[in-house]
Amino acid sequence: MRVIEVPASLDYRNVEVLYRQCGADDAGPVLFDARRLSWIDPNGMLLLLAAGKVAARSGTLPRISLPAQQEVTEYLDRMGFHHAAAGIFKSGVRRRRRSHSVSDVLLEITPVTTNSDVHDVVDRVQSRAGAILSNTLHYPPSAVVRFSVILSEVCQNVIEHAEAPGWVAAQAYNWRKRLGRHVAVIAVSDLGCGFRASLEAEHAARFGDRWGDATALEAAFLLGLTRFADTGRGQGIQQIRKQVGRWHGILSIRSGTARIADTPDWSSRPPLEEGLTRFPGSQINIILPERIG
Amino acid sequence: MSRADEPSDSNEAGESNGRACAMSKGPAPPLTIDVGAIASDAVAQARPDLVTRPTGRAVRAAIEVRISRIARSPSVSLLDFTRVRILDFSCADEVVAKLLVRYMRRDRPREAFFLFRAVGDIHRHAVEEVLGRHGLAAVCDLGGGYELLGSATEEERTAWRTLEHRGRISLSELAAEFGEQGVPVIRGLADRRVAWCGRRGDARALSEIARNP
Repeated sequence: MRVIEVPASLDYRNVEVLYRQCGADDAGPVLFDARRLSWIDPNGMLLLLAAGKVAARSGTLPRISLPAQQEVTEYLDRMGFHHAAAGIFKSGVRRRRRSHSVSDVLLEITPVTTNSDVHDVVDRVQSRAGAILSNTLHYPPSAVVRFSVILSEVCQNVIEHAEAPGWVAAQAYNWRKRLGRHVAVIAVSDLGCGFRASLEAEHAARFGDRWGDATALEAAFLLGLTRFADTGRGQGIQQIRKQVGRWHGILSIRSGTARIADTPDWSSRPPLEEGLTRFPGSQINIILPERIG
Repeated sequence: MSRADEPSDSNEAGESNGRACAMSKGPAPPLTIDVGAIASDAVAQARPDLVTRPTGRAVRAAIEVRISRIARSPSVSLLDFTRVRILDFSCADEVVAKLLVRYMRRDRPREAFFLFRAVGDIHRHAVEEVLGRHGLAAVCDLGGGYELLGSATEEERTAWRTLEHRGRISLSELAAEFGEQGVPVIRGLADRRVAWCGRRGDARALSEIARNP
């Protein structure tokens, strides 16, 4: 059995540690050893689910050893990880009934399969996001609508372009040491065709030898290209970029072997990374910092 | 209703500037369409959220059905956003931009003009973005009266504001106010569905038609 060591901290900064261990082509039974896990954000959670799905393609459902720290396991539970993981991992995940009580979670892990799911996400977030965006991030009251629009557009990207199901999750954190501010973290992940395949038929020829994962991401992210000929298409990502930029946030998209990002001055992440471990689908990360001043 | 069913004098509407203004008869009494109710009732499981492209397509289709039932052509419809809680860009593209594009095309199903009412702060950004992307303009009530949103030249904006202020302008007033460029500019606005021209060259603001059909 191949053992994948889940790092003690699994958030947007070090997800590559896990990607490197989960090459899509590896076969055989897999155990995700998450016993040391002490910190995880929505990006880490969705990556665990996606990696589990990829591992299951070998024909055997992977196993997962849950974190030893009870508070981490409870946090995963509040985020809906156990619910989402049922059916992806063989055992070690107790499927718990989702609580309908008031939650401190911005958005639990939610499957994105149909347009109805997008409506559910928007509905749920509108009832919860207001207090977090106003009181914690100090955004204006109108931010809840713009936040919902971001979620709507980013989830539609999964349905319309990935041609495969995905997940979305969001949570607010106090990055006291890291940034001295609160942030909201939104993660969206799918195991679909990825940006390169989505755009290939329409746009690969014009880029010639340059065509690849990074070029495809640049085409969608910077140029607003889409596989649809319709003038109105391709604006979702552009509008998300604009809004996240106004809030001085990070927007990054990983697809295939590349990642592209808009990064504010408080982040040291590069705008483009190439040569990453190949992984199916696309993974979108949005971080919105607390407004100061 | 097909183009063949329309009054013959409407067939030239929307063609290039320099032609006679298209409409000879007055427009039909305005039809108010509650966009939020359409979204809630027919599409989004009782939620007045205009999100996702399929939702937008379905809402636009429902709007077109209602327009098609108006007995007279041309018509002015008031698309009321009061109850729309959220409008994303994909939905705005379908409900606003594609609707306008459809009724600007030569093969449009009928002569229809639109006023967008109660376009609040939560809707305005998406509406402006999609109008700009398509090079369109729309007459929108932003809470303090109707304004021209979207793409327009300074000349067009000035002419539109004058028309909106006055409500109606005759051919002679047009020439006196704007010189020889006045008539083609107003006709251009009518082609873009943000003003209405009668056969005799007089022009009416869409909001004035809504008030006094």
